[in-house]
Amino acid sequence: MNKKRLFENIIHGIFLVLGLITVGCVLLITVYLIVSGLPAIKEIGLIDFLFGKEWASTAEEPKYGILPFILTSVYGTAGAILIGVPIGFFTAVYLSKIANKRVRSIIESAVNLLAGIPSVVYGLVGMLVLVPVIREIFNVPDGASLLAAIIVLAVMILPNIIKVSITALDAVPKEYEDASLALGATNIETYFKVSVPAAKSGIAAAVVLGVGRAIGEAMAVMMVAGNVANMPSLFQSVRFLTTAVASEMAYSSPGSLQRNALFSIALVLFLFIMMINATLNFFLKRDKEK
Amino acid sequence: MNNKRKLYIILMRGLMMVSTFLTVALVLFLMGYVLIKGIPNISWELLSTKPSYITERIGILPDILNTVYIVLSTLVIVLPLGVGAAIYLTEYAKNKKLVGMIEYASETLSGIPSIIYGLVGMLLFSNNFGTSLIAGSLTLVIMNLPTVMRTTQESLKTVPQSYREGAFGLGAGKWRVIRTVVLPGCVDGVITGCILSVGRILGESAALLFTAGFAHALNGIVEGLTSPGATLTVALYVYSKEEGEFGVAFAIAAILMILTLLINLSATMVGKYFSKRRSV
Repeated sequence: MNKKRLFENIIHGIFLVLGLITVGCVLLITVYLIVSGLPAIKEIGLIDFLFGKEWASTAEEPKYGILPFILTSVYGTAGAILIGVPIGFFTAVYLSKIANKRVRSIIESAVNLLAGIPSVVYGLVGMLVLVPVIREIFNVPDGASLLAAIIVLAVMILPNIIKVSITALDAVPKEYEDASLALGATNIETYFKVSVPAAKSGIAAAVVLGVGRAIGEAMAVMMVAGNVANMPSLFQSVRFLTTAVASEMAYSSPGSLQRNALFSIALVLFLFIMMINATLNFFLKRDKEK
Repeated sequence: MNNKRKLYIILMRGLMMVSTFLTVALVLFLMGYVLIKGIPNISWELLSTKPSYITERIGILPDILNTVYIVLSTLVIVLPLGVGAAIYLTEYAKNKKLVGMIEYASETLSGIPSIIYGLVGMLLFSNNFGTSLIAGSLTLVIMNLPTVMRTTQESLKTVPQSYREGAFGLGAGKWRVIRTVVLPGCVDGVITGCILSVGRILGESAALLFTAGFAHALNGIVEGLTSPGATLTVALYVYSKEEGEFGVAFAIAAILMILTLLINLSATMVGKYFSKRRSV
């Protein structure tokens, strides 16, 4: 009997270890990023690093200010949200409340396809279609710009926004809508003035999820944003936090201040993501408690 | 009804129509554009050879093989880990705090952008094993762990409690119950997790660039896993951004697009198949 109990305990132990792997991974990632990100910040100085307006890592007198990257990431994400959220939101309301079953399932699988397309494919199409179009329409020397990145990001976050919003809208109790209809409101009024407010936590979660996706995207942005460390401006070539890391990693030498500074940028990006995750959890929890 | 209300209704309806139309048009455009530009560039020679500087020929066979290797090795590692973690959470864990911590960790993992995985993977794996497919696939293991965990957990929840109680009542030990009752019940979750992971691995580029590198050498699986190599997605990036070979890039994009379609289709079909079987 004792043998059997020992065996069961061993099995329990194995599963416990497997269960703790995710926790271990998160700790490992956090520790590695902090350990490899701090030295450069110490050497450059936190204020100079975060608020320095110039990044010239390969210049004779190198400058490591990442304010352009931070602002570009913030503006780029805000722009993508500004375009992507309204389109996603109205599509979600249509699919959840108005579309019949058939139409809904067809469009939903189209949206799933959008979510599954690799980011480099978005980058490729953006590079060859969007960038020339921007150059033509706005008459700028190079279409690879913040605007191009914003549009690509807006398309990329669209499926997330739609899917999460639909889930939230589907969960609104039918009684709410029936009550509103019985009081004489029309369908559309009911959906927007009753269903949407009732689902607002879920929709907020969708927006935050979109923010996380947009700020973390690297490859697609790298292919359309031009990748010069300018302060952000709509029609200029810009560099995001993600692309700053990606573009110089390949040729920076290990142990150099340049490479360490790249790790520091990753640390800053990681902090952004952690804040976004915390916000996301806040909204999801509030949704559950209701 | 007054005019203000009428206007509001017309406006909202219009916005919904325009948005839905835009979404659908976008999907159709992307599909059409990539397939039309890509399919004419797919040839047997492209698919079956490796790139050669002498004949100035580009072949993507090594990239296809690398993708297969990385998908297989990632799945082989991530499945036991993810399924085990899910079993721990649903069958063993009693401590609410611990469960909360594990779930929070897995949510955090799924929110971390792939470029950060790429960096950490480089520090953790590439610095130890060299830039290689296995370093890349270990990085992808961490990325896909939450996916496999979540899908398995969801399917475990649908295994009726009475099955477990019945098995316990017949005198089976915990492990026996898990092996004979719980594990067979989570097959659909594992399959869905596999499909989703394959999709994510196919689409991944930023996490692989610094961990698996971008070589195009033709290798067997053992040699391939220990040497650097580009997957299809990474090859697409290199050919379009660094080398300006847009024909090849679009051919790869079309292949990826078709694979994405197939993956989505199979995920839907698996879901339908199992939900039908369950309701019988």
